[in-house]
Amino acid sequence: MLERVLTKNWEKTNSHKIETYMAGGGYEALRQVLTGGFTPEQVIEEVKKSNLRGRGGAGFPTGVKWSFVPKDPSKPKYMVVNADESEPGTFKDRYILERDPHMLIEGLIIGSYAIGAKTCFIYVRGEYYHPAQVVEAALAEAYRQGFLGNNLLGSGYSLEVFLIRGAGAYICGEETALLESLEGKKGWPRLKPPFPAVVGLYKCPTVINNVETLANIPHIIRRGGQWYAGLGPPKNGGTRLFALSGHVNRPGVYELPLGITLREMIYDHAGGIRDGKVIKAVIPGGSSAPVLTAAEIDVKMDHESVAAIGSMLGSGAVIIMDETTCMVKALARITKFYAHESCGQCTPCREGTGWMLKILRRILQGEGHADDPDHLLAIQGNIQGMTICPLGDAAALPVQSFVTKFRQEFDYHCVHKRCDIESACAVPA
Amino acid sequence: MPKITIDDKEISVEGGTNIIAAAQRLGIEVPHYCYHPGLSVAGACRMCLVEIEKMPKLQTGCSTLATEGMVIKTIAHSAKAKAAVQGVLELTLINHPLDCPVCDQAGECGLQDYYMKYGLYNSRMRDAKVKKEKKASALGPHVMLDQERCILCSRCVRFTHEITKTNEIGIFNRGDHSYIDVVNGRSLENNYSGNVVDICPVGALTDRDFRFQCRVWYLQESDSICPGCSTGCNIKIHFNVRRRHIAGGRRVQRLKPRFNEAVNQWWMCDEGRYAYPSIDENRITTPSARLAAAHQRMDWRDAIDQMALALREALAAYGPESVGVIASPQLTNEDLYLIKKLFVDVLGIAAVDYRMPPNRSAKNDDFLLRADRNPNTLGAHLIGLSPFGKEISTPRILEAAAGGRLQVLYVFSTDLVAVYGEAPIANMAAHVPLMIYQGTNHNRTSTLAHLVLPAAIYAEKNGTFTNYAGRVQHLKPAFAPLAEAMPDWKILCKLAQALGHDFRYADEEAIFEELANSQPAFAGITYAGIGSHGWPIEKERVLSFVTA
Repeated sequence: MLERVLTKNWEKTNSHKIETYMAGGGYEALRQVLTGGFTPEQVIEEVKKSNLRGRGGAGFPTGVKWSFVPKDPSKPKYMVVNADESEPGTFKDRYILERDPHMLIEGLIIGSYAIGAKTCFIYVRGEYYHPAQVVEAALAEAYRQGFLGNNLLGSGYSLEVFLIRGAGAYICGEETALLESLEGKKGWPRLKPPFPAVVGLYKCPTVINNVETLANIPHIIRRGGQWYAGLGPPKNGGTRLFALSGHVNRPGVYELPLGITLREMIYDHAGGIRDGKVIKAVIPGGSSAPVLTAAEIDVKMDHESVAAIGSMLGSGAVIIMDETTCMVKALARITKFYAHESCGQCTPCREGTGWMLKILRRILQGEGHADDPDHLLAIQGNIQGMTICPLGDAAALPVQSFVTKFRQEFDYHCVHKRCDIESACAVPA
Repeated sequence: MPKITIDDKEISVEGGTNIIAAAQRLGIEVPHYCYHPGLSVAGACRMCLVEIEKMPKLQTGCSTLATEGMVIKTIAHSAKAKAAVQGVLELTLINHPLDCPVCDQAGECGLQDYYMKYGLYNSRMRDAKVKKEKKASALGPHVMLDQERCILCSRCVRFTHEITKTNEIGIFNRGDHSYIDVVNGRSLENNYSGNVVDICPVGALTDRDFRFQCRVWYLQESDSICPGCSTGCNIKIHFNVRRRHIAGGRRVQRLKPRFNEAVNQWWMCDEGRYAYPSIDENRITTPSARLAAAHQRMDWRDAIDQMALALREALAAYGPESVGVIASPQLTNEDLYLIKKLFVDVLGIAAVDYRMPPNRSAKNDDFLLRADRNPNTLGAHLIGLSPFGKEISTPRILEAAAGGRLQVLYVFSTDLVAVYGEAPIANMAAHVPLMIYQGTNHNRTSTLAHLVLPAAIYAEKNGTFTNYAGRVQHLKPAFAPLAEAMPDWKILCKLAQALGHDFRYADEEAIFEELANSQPAFAGITYAGIGSHGWPIEKERVLSFVTA
């Protein structure tokens, strides 16, 4: 029996209201922390025990991240919630923001307390207008209840939370670009080190956590880190929100334990491939994750297992493609996204993403050359690992994996100047 | 002092030194575009990638600091780094025009140079380049922008952000459609705008007055000191004397700042940078005498004889009080030393000064430019040309001249009319039997003088200036004096000889030696010691002379 932790309120009426949240035990964890004698260190310890790993894509252990914040009180510390959910195929945080915003708010208060932050910023993707409105209303409710503001629950701890909406750049989901954007500057990722835990927002220690990551915190406090760790395989605590999209019968957000196989996910939960078609490929962790072939779908969906076959769990966005998909066209669409979103700071990503897109479009237009697939591999090789932030890798990895694993489709396009899948390429990418 | 190994060579460097700088000290080139030692580290061009032992990924030499035991391989030793840099160069070039022959940056272009050294040569680019909007559009009074040549290194953006703090330039848009431009229709107008041309590694930012005037490979260069203010920025004079058909025969094509950590670092101001036309324009080319309204060309020999005769008669008949000398802090220490030696020490003239009433509109700009627009005021003072201490005697000298009490007034490179106005100086000139003007360029004062002598300008001179902080700096001649002009010290020697005094010096260095031996402030200083970066006179010594 799968336990639903994050999604258990989603079907309730008014699930976004504070009454609904509190009726289900909401804000009890906060009360426990602030009035039950929890020190910040104890909170961090509990989160470490839970094996909670960041849900934004990199999968870094959350408790460890919090412990990097210097204890030195000379500078203010900031908690920043990364709600700039923009990786193509990813739409899980949106559900939390819209359906259970208080779970996030309770989590961010506990997290802020743990790192000693008195100010928290929620950076919401610009296009998430409705989610931002829901969260604003929820923040107002939490202020009214005394969960935010001065002297929370009489504990002496105070916290102010500000919601900031982004202006539409994918790169601002990269944590240091997000900080630049918060500071009112152009969203250009920063060189690391120094890391934000030491030099972050306004040069102060800053923790940036994903929405889903923080939404887990109240549960970890209430039911213990050990319980949470037990929900998943070793080193992968808890359940995970997977956003399934593409050619399945029931796309949507699924809360599943880490370690479930892709096959189970697709056939047992998402109802299998639409129209009884045959599965061709799966992108397991957001559009930047290397594509898997149909032969690889027995992989367990946890960080280590997916990494072991050369891809990544990423943001948990699973994109399923069936036999009617032209892989050249799919890659062109993905590449178009990264070329459009490259911030332009680093030469390889700025120039390389646009160039790869031009080549892919040319191939689709029936003007490919036999050596174009090799050029694509060479160009992505000149981007991968060569840039300040991971956007370069995000743009390169799909090209590398698509061209390598589906080489025959690319070659067919280049040699025959058309697609070998009937009608797949009728509409230009 | 971490000890590191670069390409099998060991070196110890101070903590905080990056790999590019450490390699430079070993004579190893780590190619780079966005890194500039005077600006913050951007880490964006990705040209300076090096391989470091125990690090899986290549690292940028600009942002990676040397740590104990680090073993680094640059492109010369690492195939992986070389391939990466080749890849970056390929990507840098795909959207850049391939028209070096018509680009004014050719010959001093970072993209051209690195591509020739490390590039791929075989183009794999089959697709259309990204079109940028602005071609040859003026960013401000001095700088031209060609967006298509820009490689988005962001040096100019960081310069206006960090050095001038004027923030005129920004990078707009995203991805391969990024471009630089001025912000909100502003103009790149600050007194340091020309520096962005120096730091632009490609032909995106060029000097409006230099572009397409002279191919850079025709330029010769010579080290000098900017005479524009008392900072004495170290500069290079870029000139062309071999191909006189270029740029209307003008010798100086442009000035460039020369690095000096203690003075101007990498920079210079626009006021100094764009003052070079005076080196070739409106110069006094021959000695001349004013007869009635016009000046008539004369021989050097006759001019010297006439001066010597007038001085001799004046001194004999009216004594040293009948001669006034207005020296100039535009002159070198060597020139000023001889002025003092001849007029004060030998001839016993007291009315010698170099100071003008301060120009109240001139201000320090809290960076390089100083209110005192003369390069050698402190030098003149330390040589002993401020006989009455703080009180400026120039007005009294001019008063004496206007009152008919002077027989000879000798003015060096000072436009009195610009300071006092036309009428008083014309009146004064009418009351002095002989007014000599010795200078580099014609001005309203030279027009009023009875005898005009052509002096060499700083670009034609060997000698030293002492800047406001007491740093003695060496300027070297780029080329010979124009036409019949002569360095001031040579004219003074000729005059001294005509007056029967044995002033003989092999060169400027010999004068400086004598100066160093006779003036305590300069004790121990030699040309060799001054070198290319100057000799700082200790602060205490400067102060003791200033207050004495």
